[in-house]
Amino acid sequence: MNVIAVIAKKDLLIEWRTRTLMARVVPFALLVLVMFAVALDSEPLLLRAAAGLVWLALLFSTMLVVQRSFDVETQDGVLDTLLACANPSRVFFGKATALFVQLFALGVVLVVGAVVLYGVAISGDRVVLLVTVVVSATGGLAVVGTLYGAVVANLIGRDSLLPLLVLPVLAPLLIAASRSTEAAFGSNTIDVANGWAWVGVLVVYAVVFGSAGALAFAPLTESDA
Amino acid sequence: MKDIGFILLSWVITVGSIATLAAVTLRRARELSARVPDDKKPWL
Amino acid sequence: MHDMTGTKTTRAIGIIALLVTAWVVISAFFITPADQVQGDSVRIMYAHVPTAWIAYLAFITTAIASGFSLARRHRTLGFDRVAGASAEVGVLFMALTLITGSLWGRLTWGTFWQWDPRLTTTLFLFVTYVGYLAVRRIDGDPRQRARRSSVIALLAVLEIPLVHFSVVLWRSLHQEASVLNPDGDVRLDGLMLFTLFSGVVAFTLIFAWLVIHRQRLMALADLDRVVGLDAAISARRAEGIGSAAT
Repeated sequence: MNVIAVIAKKDLLIEWRTRTLMARVVPFALLVLVMFAVALDSEPLLLRAAAGLVWLALLFSTMLVVQRSFDVETQDGVLDTLLACANPSRVFFGKATALFVQLFALGVVLVVGAVVLYGVAISGDRVVLLVTVVVSATGGLAVVGTLYGAVVANLIGRDSLLPLLVLPVLAPLLIAASRSTEAAFGSNTIDVANGWAWVGVLVVYAVVFGSAGALAFAPLTESDA
Repeated sequence: MKDIGFILLSWVITVGSIATLAAVTLRRARELSARVPDDKKPWL
Repeated sequence: MHDMTGTKTTRAIGIIALLVTAWVVISAFFITPADQVQGDSVRIMYAHVPTAWIAYLAFITTAIASGFSLARRHRTLGFDRVAGASAEVGVLFMALTLITGSLWGRLTWGTFWQWDPRLTTTLFLFVTYVGYLAVRRIDGDPRQRARRSSVIALLAVLEIPLVHFSVVLWRSLHQEASVLNPDGDVRLDGLMLFTLFSGVVAFTLIFAWLVIHRQRLMALADLDRVVGLDAAISARRAEGIGSAAT
């Protein structure tokens, strides 16, 4: 069986058994949406900001999921064992795939949250754009998250280091995903055609960092012993 | 000169912080080089 | 008296850097005229523009040194030290660029900050290297640290064009009127240009001086650890021999 699929399945199985995502990350992400609403305290403002807030909530939640994904590996030197058996770039794509599945599920929850809590209305023909945006943006999030998760794996203080390193790198993704989601939410600041242009940026972003991650995973996880 | 305060502040911050970094660098160099024998320093 | 991190060459660089800096300061404050559009605030530019250039030079140096460091990772830590030293100096210079730039902006535009593509990219670049230095500060195996930090520095090379491109696209689609051309309209006469050029020379020399010294400082710190370790081992060994003899 394909190594990438095996590793992805292993990570998802661990998640399914421990239910960290369900029990902690999903409630956290929804809580962030609620807190934004409380802080902004204005329905028109909230509707205008909805797209950006959804992606900010997902970015913050990504930090938690990535930490978890690597904490599982670094206990008992599991990662070394994995790397001894498989090509590092396949391990990278395996972990990124598992992360992608989790973040996509989280993204769907957040979009539904925006519809329910912020009163966002998604008309029929914009659904295709919205789904494409969520898929391509969570793809980018998954590869960058996996890459920087490996950069800080095992470091003391990695929980505060990860956001400092990742958030600047995710800036283009945040801009592109927010603008194209705005278009999909039917905001009058940006039209659907421009929304699709931003999807192009998201795809390029995911491909660039996916290739970089596949290349960088070997030196990052190399051990000196 | 108009706005001399802002202009002076810019220069004081620029020159001051670079000078501070240089001073700190030299002081640490003095501390550390006393502990390392000269024949191990490749630049000498 | 032990020899420190300086040599004849670095002393020469230091002295020339001091002289050129002195000339730039004198010229910036007393000799060059006020700009027709910017007025006296142009005098900040003689510090602001060179620090920005040198910060970019520093980050390019870090990226190149990181590439070599990664390629020769089983042999030497020399490139890694150059990359680290250069990033330290680059972060300082970029901070100075941002500070002097916002002071200048307050005088010229009336605001400390504008979400202009170049400013925004610079800010993200700055934060990226602050993170890079945070990773370097963590104690641990120096070889592993070298690999991690090289990867971060090389990823920054991918990140920055993407950030810049997306910010440009974002601002161009933004429907609010753009406030001002960020450069203002500078008409530089010969002396002003020469002062600016001298500033670049001065700060390049300062950069070289700082990187050489700090890179040697890192080498000293590594050597000190080895020397300390050797001493500890031989002390332990002497102890062992002593106890065996009695």
